[in-house]
Amino acid sequence: MKIAIPVNDKSLENGVCQSFGRAPYFLIHDIESKENTFLNNSAALSRGGAGVKAAQMIADNEVDALLTPRCGDNAAGILKVAKIKLYKTEGDSIEDNIKAFNEGKLSPLMDIHPGLHDHGGR
Amino acid sequence: MKIAVLSGKGGTGKTLLSVNMAVIGENTTYIDCDVEEPNGHLFLKPKEVIKEKVAVKIPVVDMGLCNGCQKCVEFCKFNALAYINNKLMVFDNICHSCGGCVLVCPEKALTEKDKIIGEVQKGVSQGINVLSGILNIGEASGIPIIDKLLGEEPKNSQKTIIDCPPGSACIVMESIKDADYCVLIAEPTVFGVHNLSMVYELVKLFNKPHSVILNKCLDGKNPAEEFCIENNIKILDKIPFDSELGTLNSNALIAARESPKYKKMFSEIFKKIIEEAQHEAAVNP
Ligand code: SF4
Ligand code: SF4
Repeated sequence: MKIAIPVNDKSLENGVCQSFGRAPYFLIHDIESKENTFLNNSAALSRGGAGVKAAQMIADNEVDALLTPRCGDNAAGILKVAKIKLYKTEGDSIEDNIKAFNEGKLSPLMDIHPGLHDHGGR
Repeated sequence: MKIAVLSGKGGTGKTLLSVNMAVIGENTTYIDCDVEEPNGHLFLKPKEVIKEKVAVKIPVVDMGLCNGCQKCVEFCKFNALAYINNKLMVFDNICHSCGGCVLVCPEKALTEKDKIIGEVQKGVSQGINVLSGILNIGEASGIPIIDKLLGEEPKNSQKTIIDCPPGSACIVMESIKDADYCVLIAEPTVFGVHNLSMVYELVKLFNKPHSVILNKCLDGKNPAEEFCIENNIKILDKIPFDSELGTLNSNALIAARESPKYKKMFSEIFKKIIEEAQHEAAVNP
């Protein structure tokens, strides 16, 4: 089983990123092998629809769950179709969140925000 | 002649100036391009309003033809497409209707359908043509509505006032593209300067003749005025802070229609703007 987390840096030290679509990297963590892979989020700098593009990337990496502080409605729609479960992170620590997830202590992410969608830089 | 009224944010007096100028000229047209929050009609209260829907093209996929190559997904600059679980998903609310994905699809699996994003309303207020655009909430872009609005300007309109959306995003660029003259309206605060500098950059970029009107002026230091002097921007007029004017405005009344005093004030402002615009047209045709 694999989980994804938006992160600030290519390391476990610099915390969970507060944005999903605009996170610079994603950590893909394999629960069984404990292996960590960092993906560059090519959506981070896109003009609009970052959430959609990031969700496509997460789905393409065949993860089973996404741990994130927030998520927009378009991205949530994609993750649902891809059958990826959404959990809400607690606090900034990546390792604490992985641990909490393994212990079944993270709650599902409920507050899906309507699109910010960055249109035209208002 | 088309005069665009701009400001960096809402609430600076953009609509106040626009509607008051509109009621002064003869055979004028007022166009409200602030499609996300149109409010000019609240003041002008147009009659005989005709409404017309505005639609854009959105791609639809025929999954029987789609082979999952994802060329469309890669192509879409707006990330409005995703290919998940052997299904193509289209996100209408961020699609900008560029039509590119339809062209790029090698299987001809994509076609276009109409989607209504808002409407334009045309009416008359004591001889003044009033045009407003309304963008439905959650839609990607108001630009198709602004295009439609500007195209609806009556041919015989002598003077047209374009009440622009606040800010300096592409929707504002669309609103001023055919304007002959731009009036920037600013408040006398430090935030006012920031907002003013944004729209100033925009009109400079588009090479539009322009000047500034300072609103809500009090005695004493005016950072917006200082900004204009530093940057050599013409200050056309100053509207003093005036609670009577503010009250009329917050009751959705047009000051120039209510009192001769304000009629005179806005007539003078309008006259100056027209003179400036004509002068610019003569020296820089
Ligand atoms: S380009 Fe055409 S065939 Fe390829 S994924 Fe898109 S719709 Fe399907
Ligand atoms: S029409 Fe343009 S913006 Fe809309 S989905 Fe197709 S490529 Fe993307």
